[in-house]
Amino acid sequence: MNLNKKYALFLGCVAPARYPGIEAATREVCKTIGVDLVELEGAGCCPAPGVIKSFDQDTWLAIAARNLALAEKQGADILTICNGCYGSLYDAAHILNGDPERLRAVNKILEEVGMEYGGKTVVRHFAELLFKDITPENVKANTKRSLEDMKVAVHYGCHFLKPSKIKDLDDPERPRILDDLVEATGAVNLNYRDKQMCCGAGGGVRSGNPELATKFTESKLKSMKEAGAQYIIDVCPFCHLQFDRTQKDVKGYDLPVIHLAQLLGLAFGVPANKLGLEIQEVPVKF
Amino acid sequence: MVKEPNPQFAIEVSQTPGGETLSLCFQCGTCTGSCPSGRLTSYRTRKLIRKAQLGLEADVLESPDLWMCTTCYACQERCPRGVEIVDIINVLRNKAVAKGVMSEEHTKVGTYFLQNGATIPLNEKYEAIREQLGLPRRPANVLGDKKALEDFQKILKVTGFDKLLEEKK
Repeated sequence: MNLNKKYALFLGCVAPARYPGIEAATREVCKTIGVDLVELEGAGCCPAPGVIKSFDQDTWLAIAARNLALAEKQGADILTICNGCYGSLYDAAHILNGDPERLRAVNKILEEVGMEYGGKTVVRHFAELLFKDITPENVKANTKRSLEDMKVAVHYGCHFLKPSKIKDLDDPERPRILDDLVEATGAVNLNYRDKQMCCGAGGGVRSGNPELATKFTESKLKSMKEAGAQYIIDVCPFCHLQFDRTQKDVKGYDLPVIHLAQLLGLAFGVPANKLGLEIQEVPVKF
Repeated sequence: MVKEPNPQFAIEVSQTPGGETLSLCFQCGTCTGSCPSGRLTSYRTRKLIRKAQLGLEADVLESPDLWMCTTCYACQERCPRGVEIVDIINVLRNKAVAKGVMSEEHTKVGTYFLQNGATIPLNEKYEAIREQLGLPRRPANVLGDKKALEDFQKILKVTGFDKLLEEKK
């Protein structure tokens, strides 16, 4: 299938610098389903909605606007593979595309680097694009290898669907988007306690209060394990890092973390050495 | 910071983008009941919002509680009064940072952000993994583009982000 649009792939920090398998898988999967990707050359940090926005909102908005302006210049929508990047860029676009006064203020800053944002960029999340434009039916049609031997626990993370007031993608308490996409691959999708709970990494908690972040993660890991899950499926490299690295520190868990792009890679028959799953802290054993 | 209540504080928060809904809170506690952080610690969202309403500035800005929120939005989604709790917490954190309250770890993240254009630097170990996966060693974003990094850093100068970190040192 072919979509009538080009998408500027927004890499963010965690995917290219810690889990490049997510980046590689995204590129392969987009090729398979006909999503036309271009590079968002020169893009910077989204910036992180937890830490950087917590420090200084004006900086957060100006740096986000720079990224939005880069995509606008290319005439492309932004495609993110991370909830944090999606949260920041979607939020910033929501503010700037609807508020001429704040747009003017931000453009005064961008002027210093010879840039201007016109307030037009649309920001999308990989999972949202898959669900709405590709649809689970087409995911199923593209599945070459049914993943029915995988028992998985789906983790949505926070900034993908919330705040739902401005995103309006799905019910934030009982969403289906990811569940439907995962089930389309044939994977056995298990329900578990506190499915909608945060992984614990966001808001500067992983960096500033790591013991607390670990408690969040352990609580989720415990629920997933109790439900019988063998794998965790997520849509955010930061949740990914949190689940993967925490299992190195706390004993008793062996749940490889798989980003939706990597899962679809497996289903669509992308060679395993392009997905990076065996080089994570908790590797997938093929 | 003065320990006396500051009656101007709630007004200042309400007039900052993101803080507009502070006065709408009627203290039902749905936020506290929804908060995963509150389940694991003594952090109480409702209490933090009440203190902000009452102008207990020093109490709010100096409390470690302010940094217990993961910005998961569980509270904001359920708030029956439409209080934008996470946005208010962001405004409060900005005020704390402006007064020099920033942990050593967060200063480090801010420094990475300033130096690399990313909160996580790319190192040789991961450059090699990228290559192994058929990706360029450094991506086309700020991690691999010097001019872009210069522009990025210029913006941080204009907004005063570099000063924010310097004052900490």
